[in-house]
Amino acid sequence: MKKQKLVIIGNGMAPGRMLEHLFEMAPDAYDVTIFNAEPRVNYDRIMLSPVLSGEKSFEEIIIHGDGWYIKHGIMLYKGHKIVEIDRENKTVTSDQGTTESYDKLAIATGSNPFIIPVPGHDMAGVLSYRDLDDVTAMMLAAQARDKAVVIGGGLLGLEAAAGLQARGMDVTVVHLMPTLMERQLDPSAGYLLQKEMESRGIAVKTQANTKRILGDKKVEGLELENGEVIDCSLVVMAVGIRPNGILGSEADLNVNRGIVVDPQMRTSDPDILALGECAEIDGQVYGLVAPLYEMARIAAHTLTGDDSQSFQHQDTATKLKVTGIDLFSVGDFAEGEDRDEIVLRDANAGIYKRVILQDNKIIGTVLYGETSDGAWFNDLKKKETDVSEMRDTLIFGQAYQGGAAMDPMAAVAALPDDAEICGCNGICKSKIVGTIQEKGLTSLDEVRAHTKASASCGTCTGLVEQLMALTLGDDFSANAAQSMCPCTDLGHGDVRRLIKAKELKSIPAVMQELEWKTSCGCAKCRPALNYYLVCDWPDVYADDYQSRYINERVHANIQKDGTYSVVPRMWGGMTSSSELRAIADVVDKFDIPSVKVTGGQRIDMLGIKKEDLPAVWADLGKAGFVSGQAYAKGLRTVKTCVGSDWCRFGTQDSTGLGIKLEKFMWGSWTPAKLKLAVSGCPRNCAEATCKDIGIICVDSGYEIHFAGAAGLDIKGTEILGKVTTENEALEHVVALAQMYREQGFYLERIYKWAARIGLDEIRKQIMDDEDRRKDYFDRFVFSQKFAQVDPWSERVSGKDKHEFKPIATLDLEAAE
Amino acid sequence: MSAVNVAMSQDWIDVGATEEVPQRGARCVKKGDLTIAIFRTQDDQFFALEDKCPHKHGPLSQGIVHDGCVTCPLHNWVISLSSGQAQGADEGETRTFTVEVRDGRLLLDLEELR
Repeated sequence: MKKQKLVIIGNGMAPGRMLEHLFEMAPDAYDVTIFNAEPRVNYDRIMLSPVLSGEKSFEEIIIHGDGWYIKHGIMLYKGHKIVEIDRENKTVTSDQGTTESYDKLAIATGSNPFIIPVPGHDMAGVLSYRDLDDVTAMMLAAQARDKAVVIGGGLLGLEAAAGLQARGMDVTVVHLMPTLMERQLDPSAGYLLQKEMESRGIAVKTQANTKRILGDKKVEGLELENGEVIDCSLVVMAVGIRPNGILGSEADLNVNRGIVVDPQMRTSDPDILALGECAEIDGQVYGLVAPLYEMARIAAHTLTGDDSQSFQHQDTATKLKVTGIDLFSVGDFAEGEDRDEIVLRDANAGIYKRVILQDNKIIGTVLYGETSDGAWFNDLKKKETDVSEMRDTLIFGQAYQGGAAMDPMAAVAALPDDAEICGCNGICKSKIVGTIQEKGLTSLDEVRAHTKASASCGTCTGLVEQLMALTLGDDFSANAAQSMCPCTDLGHGDVRRLIKAKELKSIPAVMQELEWKTSCGCAKCRPALNYYLVCDWPDVYADDYQSRYINERVHANIQKDGTYSVVPRMWGGMTSSSELRAIADVVDKFDIPSVKVTGGQRIDMLGIKKEDLPAVWADLGKAGFVSGQAYAKGLRTVKTCVGSDWCRFGTQDSTGLGIKLEKFMWGSWTPAKLKLAVSGCPRNCAEATCKDIGIICVDSGYEIHFAGAAGLDIKGTEILGKVTTENEALEHVVALAQMYREQGFYLERIYKWAARIGLDEIRKQIMDDEDRRKDYFDRFVFSQKFAQVDPWSERVSGKDKHEFKPIATLDLEAAE
Repeated sequence: MSAVNVAMSQDWIDVGATEEVPQRGARCVKKGDLTIAIFRTQDDQFFALEDKCPHKHGPLSQGIVHDGCVTCPLHNWVISLSSGQAQGADEGETRTFTVEVRDGRLLLDLEELR
C-alpha cells in the first residue's frame, strides 16, 4: 500500500506523543512532515520551570532528539511557521515559502500567552512565560537585573516567580484575585501557599490590578490600580493562555475558543485533525498534559482508521512544580447543599486537607502541606467508591483505614502520661492530671493559671477539657466559653486573643490557623472576623465587603419591603435652612414616600429604591452631607442639647463638644452600634444617661458616663469619672471607645462588655492609668486615618457600582 | 447592562458576564415584577433563585453567601442556593431557575421565564 502523507503543524508534546502511538500501531502508514515555528526539537514544556530555576538543563528535558526524527524518516522544518492552509488543493505553506501537500493534516499549534494590553506592555523587559525563548530571556534578565514583577498568581506565574527568585532576583507576584491559584485551590490552601511564598522572600500582592508598566523604552516599574508603584526592571506576564486557532479560522474550519473537534479529534474537515491546547472538544479547552496526551492517543487511532476510541473528559490533578511546596487539587471543590465536606487543619504543621463528598462519594480534593494521600483520594474519586464506611477516618488517609473509629475520650485516656498536650508551654498529660488532683482544680481558667496548659495559643483547649472531664468525672462540665458559631469551637474572646497573638491578618488566615471546621465560614462568624481584623489591623487589612451585612455593604438601612432608608449626618443634631432645603429637594426629586425625624436628632428618608441610592447620595453630597452611618456597627449619633449657647441653665458648650466628638469619631467601626450624647446640665435634655457613652456638663467640668441602654434592656449609665476640660473629656471618651473596640465581642453592646470586664477595671485603665489611656487614644487616632472616608461620596464616584444596578432587565416581548 | 433583548438561541437568554457577579455575592435580573437573583459562590458556582425569601419575601440577593447557602438579610433564614429550600428548623422554599455558564456568559432558560 502506498504511504499517505501526514503533515503536522506544531512540534509540541501532543503531536510528539501522537506520533509515538502512531509508529507503534502502524509504522508504515504515513510519511510524516512537521513544521515547527520554534527552531528546535520536541521538549517537555512542563519542565521549563526547573530549567528556569536552574535545577535542570535544556538537554535534560528534550523528549525527541534529532536522532528520533531521522530514525522515523520524519521531515522536520525547524523555524518554519505555517501561514496558509489550502484545503482545496490540500497543501500548507510556510513563512519561508515551503509548500507541502498532505493527505492528512494535524494542527497542533498550541496556545498563545495572554498579554494584558496595559500601557507599556510592549516595552523591552516585558516577557511572557511560554517557551524556551522566554526562559532564556528571563535567565538573561536575571543576570543583569535585580527586581522582577510577575503578573499572575496561577500555576505558571508562581513557578516563574520561584525560578526567578532562585536565580537571585527580588520578586513580587501581583495577582488580581484575593487568593493565589484560585482556580485550583480554595482560599484556605491559597492562604497557606501565599504564606509559604512570602516566607521564601517572594512578595505577594493579591487583589492587585496592574494599571500600567512604567519606563521609557525599557521597564522601570509597574503601577497598580491603587496607585502603588513597584520598582522593577523585568515584568513577566503569566495571566493565562489562549488557544491558537488562527490557522483554523483562516482555513474556514469551525473555530470557537479553539478549533472545534469531534471525539475522534477531527475538525469540521475530516482530513484535518486538531489536538493539544489549540483544540476545543465538547466546549472545553485544555492546558494540562494528561488530557492532551489522551487527545494524542485518540488522534493516533483516528489516523489509523480506527474510530472506536473517543475522547472523554477527565478531571486532572494539579501540582505545583516548586521544590518544597506540596499541594494537590483535583475535581470539584465548590460548596453546595447536596455536598458534604471533611476538613482537617493542622496549624502548626501548615497542613490543610479538604475532601468534598456528594452522595457519599468523593468528588474533589484539596491538599496542602501533606499530599501523600492525593493519589488515594483521586483513586476513590475515579472509582466512585462509597466512603460512608470509612467517613470518620477518611481524612487521615489510607494508613488509617481498617481500624474502628476511636471514641475521642478513649483516645485521650489511652495517651501515655508523658504525651505532650500543650505544645506552646511543653505541658504533658501527667502534669495536667496531677495538678488538677493535687490542687482540686475545677475550671479551665484554674488549669490555665496553674499549669499554663492551653494558656497560649489555645488550640489544645479541647484536649485539656477532655483531660479535666476524665479526671473529674461528673464534676466537670465543659462549657468554658460558648463557641462563636458552629464553624469553630473557639469563643469570641479566644478568637480575638489569637488574632493578635498570631498576627492573623486575613479571614483565610484566621480560618486556617484557628482550624475552622468549614471552608468559607457562615453569616455569623464572617462579619465578626471582618470586624476584628478591621479593628486590629487598620492599616493592612483589606475590608472584606462580602462578609459585611447588607446595610454596611450598601451604606443604607434595608427595610421590610427591600427598599432602603437614608440618614445623613447632622453634626450634634444641628442643621440649617440650606441643608433642610436640600433634603426637601431630594425627597421631591426621588419621590421618597416617608420622611421622619429620628430619635438621634437627624432626618430619615425611607422607601428609597436601591437603584436610586447613588443619585440620592450625589445630591445630598452636593449640599455637604456625608453618611450618617445609621446602619453601622460603628459610631452613630452624638445627641446634644443647646447648652450654654442658648439655654439659661446650660453650664458648658454641650453642642460644641457633641460636634467635636462626632467629627473626631465618625467612621469608626465598633463591636456593636455606639450612640453618644452630651447634655449641658444635669437636667439632661439630651438623655445622656441611657447612652453607650454620655457626658453631663456641670459647672466644674464634665461627668463621663457609659454603659447605658435603652433598647432591649433599659439601664441607666455608670459613671466613669469626672474631668475638668473639654479636651480631657474628648480624650477619655475616645480612649474608652477604643478599649471597647479592642475587647468587645462582635454585636456585644458596651453595657454588656462592661459587665463582663468589670467597671472597676475599666475605670482603672481609663481614669487612673494615663499612659494606657494615651495608648488607647493614639491607637484610635491611627485607625481613624483609614476609617474616615465618606462611603457615600466613594460610591457616587463609582465604587461598587455593580451593587446598585440589576445585571439585566429582560423584556422578552420585545425580543420576539 | 440595560435592556437585553437579544436571545442567544431559542432556549437561552444571555443576561451578562460571569465577572459582573462578585464572588460570595449576587446580582439581579429583572423581568417585569419578577426579580431573579444570580448568586456566585466562593468557588465560582452560579445559582439562580427568585429574589424572595419564603419567610417574609426578603431580597435574598442582599444576603451573605456562605457554604452553598444565602442568609436572608431580613430575619436570617438560611436558604440553599441549589434547592431553594430553607435550612435548619425553618420550612419554606424559594423558586429556583436554571443558570448556565457558557464562555464566561450567564444564560437563563427562556422557557422558565415565560
